[in-house]
Amino acid sequence: MTRDTSLERTYEKAAAHERLTYDEGVALIERGDTHILGALAHRRRLHLHPEPVVTYIIERNINYTNVCITYCRFCAFYRRPGHDESYVLAYEQIGKKIEHLLEHGGVQILLQGGHHPDLRLTWYEDLLRYIKERYRVHVHGFSAPEIEHIAGIEGLSVRETIERLRAAGLGTIPGAGGEMLVQSVRDRIAVLKTTTEDWLNVHRTAHELGMRTTATMMFGHYETRAERVEHLLRVRELQDETGGFTAFILWTFQPENTPMHRVRKLESHEYLRTTAVSRLFLDNVDNLQASWVTQGPRVAEISLLNGVNDMGSTMFEENVVSAAGTTYAMSSDAIEKSIRALGFEPRRRNVYYEELTV
Amino acid sequence: MIPSVFRGSPIRDLLDKSVAGERLTLEDGVRLFETDDLHALGWVANHVREARHGDTTYYLKNRHINYSNVCKYDCMFCSFYRSSIDQEGAWEWSVEQVLLHVAPYKDSGLREFHIVGGVHPHLPFSYYTDMLRALKEAHPGVALKAFTAIEIAYFAELTGKSLREVLTELKHAGLQMLPGGGAEVFADRVRYKVCRDKADADRWFEVHETAHALGIPTNATLLYGHIETTEERVDHILRLRDLQDRTSGLKSYIPLAYHPDGNRLQKLGAPTGVDALRNIAVGRLLLDNVAHIKAYWIMLGIKTAQLALSWGANDIDGTVTWERIYHMAGSQTPEGMTEERLREVIEEAGRLPVERDAFYNVVQPLGAPA
Repeated sequence: MTRDTSLERTYEKAAAHERLTYDEGVALIERGDTHILGALAHRRRLHLHPEPVVTYIIERNINYTNVCITYCRFCAFYRRPGHDESYVLAYEQIGKKIEHLLEHGGVQILLQGGHHPDLRLTWYEDLLRYIKERYRVHVHGFSAPEIEHIAGIEGLSVRETIERLRAAGLGTIPGAGGEMLVQSVRDRIAVLKTTTEDWLNVHRTAHELGMRTTATMMFGHYETRAERVEHLLRVRELQDETGGFTAFILWTFQPENTPMHRVRKLESHEYLRTTAVSRLFLDNVDNLQASWVTQGPRVAEISLLNGVNDMGSTMFEENVVSAAGTTYAMSSDAIEKSIRALGFEPRRRNVYYEELTV
Repeated sequence: MIPSVFRGSPIRDLLDKSVAGERLTLEDGVRLFETDDLHALGWVANHVREARHGDTTYYLKNRHINYSNVCKYDCMFCSFYRSSIDQEGAWEWSVEQVLLHVAPYKDSGLREFHIVGGVHPHLPFSYYTDMLRALKEAHPGVALKAFTAIEIAYFAELTGKSLREVLTELKHAGLQMLPGGGAEVFADRVRYKVCRDKADADRWFEVHETAHALGIPTNATLLYGHIETTEERVDHILRLRDLQDRTSGLKSYIPLAYHPDGNRLQKLGAPTGVDALRNIAVGRLLLDNVAHIKAYWIMLGIKTAQLALSWGANDIDGTVTWERIYHMAGSQTPEGMTEERLREVIEEAGRLPVERDAFYNVVQPLGAPA
C-alpha cells in the first residue's frame, strides 16, 4: 500500500512542471502512488500538448536481416551466421514491402536488422539509394549499435559512417539498442553490444549533424527501479546538450524464447508507473510513445491517460517482440478507434511529429 | 486525507463521501462513470479497497467445466453457443466425459469447479444432478460452483418445479455456489434487444434470492461495453446492492467486458482498457456491502486485470486451465495460468497473493501452523 506523505513536496514540484532531481525520480518510481503519478503525468502531457490530439504514424517495420554476431541474451530474434533460419532480404523484397506500405498510405519505414558480419557499408548505401530512387518514403533506419558495427567493419568513424548513410538516403535514426543505459546492466544482458557511452555518442554525433533520433528503454530484466531513472537521466542530459531526440519509447522485456527466459516477466503495473515517471522526469523530450507492441491495445489506451501522447506506428509486421512470444497487432483503424474512444482526436504524423493532412 | 492533486477534482464531493464511507446514489454512480478525472476515481476506489482488504489479493486454483455449448437461446453478444449438436463447433459431454476431463485434477489441491454451459434443449434434469454427484464423489475436496441463474430458471421450466425445489435438489446433489453469469444488464430495454430469450431481471434475482435463502452463496456480474447506457449500468449495480442488503448472499461482483469476435454485436468493437478500470472502480465504490470485487483475468486479459488490482479489485480469479466462452469471442489470453505466475502478477502490482477457496476462506499453505 502506498501511504507515503514524504513525497508531497515532490508531487508539488512535478505538478508545477519543475525539473526533478535523480533522487526525486527514484523516490517517485519506488514509492509514488500509482494514481497520483498517473494524474501528474497526464497533466504534464496536457501541459506539453494542450490540444486533445493523439498522433500516430503509418509506418512499416522491415528487418533486413536476422543475422547477428552480438548475441544479446534478451533477444529471441537473431540467428548466428550460417544458421538454417538466418536470412538477408534482397533489395527487391524490401521494395515489395515498401510498395505494400505505400498502398496503405504509409510514409515511413523502420529499417533495422542484426549485426551482420559480412554486409559492407556499400550494401547499406546501395540499399538506401535503391529505396530512395524508387519510393517516396522516409527511412527511419538502423540504430546506434548497427552504426557502430558498420563503422567497425569499415574502420570508419561513427561520424563518417552516419554522413555516408545519410548521403545515401537515411533520414533519421531510431533509438533502438538503448536497452538500459547503465553499463553494469548492459554487461549482463548484452556484453558485446555498444556501451552506454558509445550509444549516447552515436546519438550525440547524429544530433550534431542535424539528424533527429529517438531514445528507447527496455526494462523489466536485471535493472533496479533506480537504474531506470539513471537511464532517464542520461537521456535527459544528452537532450539538454543537443535537443535532438524527438521522442522517448519504453517497453518491457519479453523473456520468452530468450536465454533470459527465467526473468520474471513484467506485465503492466510497472509499465504504467515507469511511463508516468518518464513523462515527469524527461521534461525536455516532447513526445512519449505507447508500446502497444508489448502491452496490447487495452493497456496502450490506459497509457494515453498516463503521460503518453503518441500511439507509435502501425508496424505492419513485427518480428522481434513476436519472436519472444508476444503478438499484438493494431491497424490504423484500430489505433484511431482507441484514440477516439479515449476522447482524443487521432492525427497522422511524420517522423518529426508534424501532423499530416490526409 | 485527499491528496492535494485531487483536491480540486470535479468529483471531490464523491471522493469525500467514499472516504467517509457514505453510501453513493444513482446520480453519484452516473457521475463516477462519466467523470474525466479517471485518476481521482482510481485513487478513491483503491483507497476503499485498501481500507477493506489492505494489500491482500485473492486467487484460487480452479477449473472450468463448460459441459456443453448447445443452447436454446440466441443472445447477440455470444460467440460460444451453437443451436444444435450437429453444428460445427458444438459439443456436449456425458457425465463420464466430464469426469474424464477433470480426472487429472484428483488430489491436485484444486478448490473449485466452475460449471457453466448453454441452456441445453434436450438434456434431462437428472443429467445435472448426476454430474454434480459424480464430481462430488470423485473430487470431494473441490467446491461445486455451478449453473448461472439462467440455467437454474430453465431447470425449473424443464421440470415444472419451483426454483426452491430445483435448487434444493441441486444442493443435495452437491451444488455449493452459483456463479454470477446471466445477469448481463438488468434493464428490460437492453435484455429485449440483446438476449430476449433469457430469464428477465426479476427471475435472475428470484434465483439468487432463493439460493441465498437456502444457504447457497452466489456471485454477480455485469456485461458492459455493448448497447447499455451509463444509467443502465448504475441501475444494474444498485439492484445488486439492494439484493445484498436483503440477503448478504453475494460473495463477489465481477464486471465483464463484452468481447466482439464471432457474434452479432461485432461492429461495436471491444470496450477500452480505461472502461475496464472504470467499471472495477465504480463497482467497488457503489457496492459498499459486497466484500469482493473480481478482476476476471480470463476476460480482461492478465495485464488489465493486474492494473485493476489498483483500481478497486481484490481478487483475480483462478488458474482456470480451460475456458471456452471468452476464447470463442476472441479473447487473446491464455486459457490457464500457473499458480506461480498468478502470484507473480499479483506481486508485481505491489500486492500480497493469498490463496482462497470458492467461498473466500483463506487456504493455509502446506506446512503452515494450524
